Amino acid sequence: MGKQHYQINVNGETKDVLAEPRELLIHTLREQLDLTGPHIGCETSHCGACTVDIDGKSVKSCTVFTAQVAGKEITTIEGLGTPDEMHVLQEKFREHHGLQCGYCTPGMITRAHRLLQENPNPTEEDVRFGMSGNLCRCTGYQNIVKSILAAAAEMNASKEAAE
Amino acid sequence: MNDMAPSREERIEGLKGLGSSRKRVEDARFTQGKGNYVDDIKLPGMLFGDFVRSPFAHARVKAINTEAAMSVPGVLAVLTAKDLEPLGLHWMPTLAGDKQMVLADGKVLFQGQEVAYVVATDRYAAADGCEAVEVEYEELPVVVDPFKALEDDAPVLREDLEGKMEGAHGPRKHHNHIFTWEAGEKEATEQVLGSAEVVAEEMVYYHRTHPCPLEPCGCVASMDKVNGKLTIWGTFQAPHAIRTVVSLISGIEEHNIRVISPDIGGGFGNKVGAYPGYICSAVASIVTGKPVKWIEDRMDNLMTTAFARDYWMKGKIAATKEGKITGLWCHTTADHGGFDACADPTKFPAGFMNICTGSYDIPTAYLAVDGVYTNKAPGGVAYRCSFRVTEAAYFIERMIEVLAIELGMDAAELRRINFIKKEQFPYQSALGWEYDSGDYHTAWDKALDAVGYDELRKEQAERVEAFKRGETRKLLGIGLTHFTEIVGAGPVKNCDILGLGMFDSCEIRIHPTGSAIARLGTISQGQGHATTFAQILASEIGLPADSITVEEGDTDTAPYGLGTYGSRSTPVAGAATAMAGRKIRAKAQMIAAYLLEVHDDDVEWDVDRFVVKGNPERFKTMKEIAFASYNQAIPGIEPGLEAVSYYDPPNMTYPFGAYICVMEIDVDTGTHEIRQFYALDDCGTRINPMIIEGQVHGGLTEALAIAMGQEIAYDEMGNVKTGTLMDFFIPTAWETPNYTTDYTTTPSPHHPIGAKGVGESPNVGGVPAFSNAVHDAFRAFGLRQSHMPHDHWRIWKIANSLGLHG
Ligand code: FES
Ligand code: FES
Repeated sequence: MGKQHYQINVNGETKDVLAEPRELLIHTLREQLDLTGPHIGCETSHCGACTVDIDGKSVKSCTVFTAQVAGKEITTIEGLGTPDEMHVLQEKFREHHGLQCGYCTPGMITRAHRLLQENPNPTEEDVRFGMSGNLCRCTGYQNIVKSILAAAAEMNASKEAAE
Repeated sequence: MNDMAPSREERIEGLKGLGSSRKRVEDARFTQGKGNYVDDIKLPGMLFGDFVRSPFAHARVKAINTEAAMSVPGVLAVLTAKDLEPLGLHWMPTLAGDKQMVLADGKVLFQGQEVAYVVATDRYAAADGCEAVEVEYEELPVVVDPFKALEDDAPVLREDLEGKMEGAHGPRKHHNHIFTWEAGEKEATEQVLGSAEVVAEEMVYYHRTHPCPLEPCGCVASMDKVNGKLTIWGTFQAPHAIRTVVSLISGIEEHNIRVISPDIGGGFGNKVGAYPGYICSAVASIVTGKPVKWIEDRMDNLMTTAFARDYWMKGKIAATKEGKITGLWCHTTADHGGFDACADPTKFPAGFMNICTGSYDIPTAYLAVDGVYTNKAPGGVAYRCSFRVTEAAYFIERMIEVLAIELGMDAAELRRINFIKKEQFPYQSALGWEYDSGDYHTAWDKALDAVGYDELRKEQAERVEAFKRGETRKLLGIGLTHFTEIVGAGPVKNCDILGLGMFDSCEIRIHPTGSAIARLGTISQGQGHATTFAQILASEIGLPADSITVEEGDTDTAPYGLGTYGSRSTPVAGAATAMAGRKIRAKAQMIAAYLLEVHDDDVEWDVDRFVVKGNPERFKTMKEIAFASYNQAIPGIEPGLEAVSYYDPPNMTYPFGAYICVMEIDVDTGTHEIRQFYALDDCGTRINPMIIEGQVHGGLTEALAIAMGQEIAYDEMGNVKTGTLMDFFIPTAWETPNYTTDYTTTPSPHHPIGAKGVGESPNVGGVPAFSNAVHDAFRAFGLRQSHMPHDHWRIWKIANSLGLHG
């Protein structure tokens, strides 16, 4: 199958990629752009390990073609925080032991980031429901939920302080 | 000392040693997407391999035509058994003393079996190549039921074994029989059963399931033809063992093989064994001279690499009328699939199934296990448990419940009167183990108190009445479990895999400025070894855990070890770490004495320093000693500060726990709600409580999955019915409850720091707790035994069969 050029915006930068029309976004991100934060756990849109943010929505990047996202704004885990300035969620996952093997973690945090934009004041039930597209085999979710609720509290507190 | 010097307590705290809920050092990279998993590895010129797999469960492979595949753009090679045969690599040895086809040699024995391996420039081209390979099959009769497999006229599955009536574990009784393994006393047990006041009999089936780590298995093999060195990165739970196996079967000398386990995205037993993908990738790299990556997809993972369980356990338990157990009998039919690829120590083809007397003082017992070939995938790994311990725990915890029904007794009380008593430890079990330590009654009472057991039973009785009056459609189940694990394999005198003793190792180097690196023979898959092993060491050598790097998984640098599974890391490698630390301290003592100008015996250890006895003002800290070891010529002492320890454990460790699950069941929909789950674990000395708690949450959730819905199911034709995450149940955050964790501490008497291991206890104890809750909800209506998984449909069927749908 012939390859084509696509311009995609990832983590605030425009990238030119050459891909077959059938190439999945997760493969483009990982193999062409070296963004290996999003992982592959199923390629059938069940596990959420590949979750990225596309134009303000959580999307499983194994479920879209690269050809479909030309011109859209994509954010991966690599775009959420830097080593010097970690995102609150990244800090809270560490503080509350919200990860073990780390394989689900980039997808979890990327999804949680979007969830907290959709609902800045979630209850535990909201978090459990809102995160139910992301599987974790290690943690049993209890500490993931705790981490996300703690992040929400801190984000709200600093928002209030700023106002 | 001046006033600003930290107090002793502050010094202890600063180390972040044993008992500290130290935050994990691994997390910074994982939370930022900077982990390095095998699929993240990218090498110049790297190729991609993929398999053509059999659509049939049993068929003869008449012809393979690779011509069309070879003309697919990007495809460079297609390997079949014929290509591997001249190298002697078309079959490979399994960990269980059997052999397994690497690529189909004349026939296939399970759906998804590897038939040909396509090497291409990228994963899409490899997939196209697989599509284009033409295979001509002739279907053969399929056997998926292990009992039918043993019938006289059952089809012969393993033609390569025809006429060979002696297997790796003794005589074979039938062409599809693998081994019989026995423990305990057959005649004595039959006598006890024959004369017992009460005997309860039941078939307990622990269904086939799969560890399904979120990251599937995979590798990158790279043969460097210039220096003759083969490097394999892979999802290996036992990198050194893989190196030895690769050397033995390929003939490449072991020093020319380097095996690296990078970050691993969960293992749970799935990543212990050797798979055709590893062999084919290595061969493909040798053939092409390029690095070759193979990553299985989720369907490959569920259908072909290492399943778990599939044990049919027929049990008889004898007791007095008062409920004192007098004997236990068990016959297990073990479905191993097409090849015996179980990962068990050599002398234990049924793992440690003979821990099936559980937490109870049972004077007489007998166990026999028959391994059987069927047209299913090979495996039989310890899915988040020590070898077959979860099967054993499920069996005994179901038999206890069945006996309670038979006796009309409360199941908590029945357990209590049969527990091994504290003063009986070390306890010699009827099936051959020496339990090192335990205090079951204390744990049990604490658990029953914590959940308000008596109140719960009252509520349950009222609920049954209300149900009968038609006021509710929900029943209440109280699932009890007291489990005893056996982990930390194991003593070299009776534990080996492929002849490799199951010791483990740690090598420590102290740097001149007082920081250190420790390397181990184990490999973390999420357990947080880099965090906890540094804690063990911090307490032993008095350097802060934050100043200690822990490195695992590279066979060129790490000392030899048997890897991480069966909760063996803490009991074995953790002990090696403590022992290596003690060697460091012994040398440090001599250096300190020299520096302080006193005799070796006149200094004593205090947290992070050696102090002159009776004169606490005069001391040398480990940091000072480390520097001195590199810059002072000390008579009679070599420079440097390093140690290595290979630890051969004198015994296994025996963690235990008491779990209680309170479950609401809707009789009309078969749905359930977990109202409360209380888990008390005793894993001996607790290294990092935060990590222990996380391990318990995770293990319980895997137990929830297994008990309530997860299975690898086959139809009559041998088709896998649960090959994707659509059908294979993994609970989400929505279905998973919150757990309450608790503990008692009974240190292991033979382990250097008293630790026992914990990662697998929650799976071992969790499965019977969930399953017993389901059974218990229906006990008042006459349910004795119903096989897992208890999905909504099966629970609905229980209710229906008991006539509860009116
Ligand atoms: S890899 Fe995309 S959802 Fe699993
Ligand atoms: S931390 Fe391992 S899958 Fe979530």
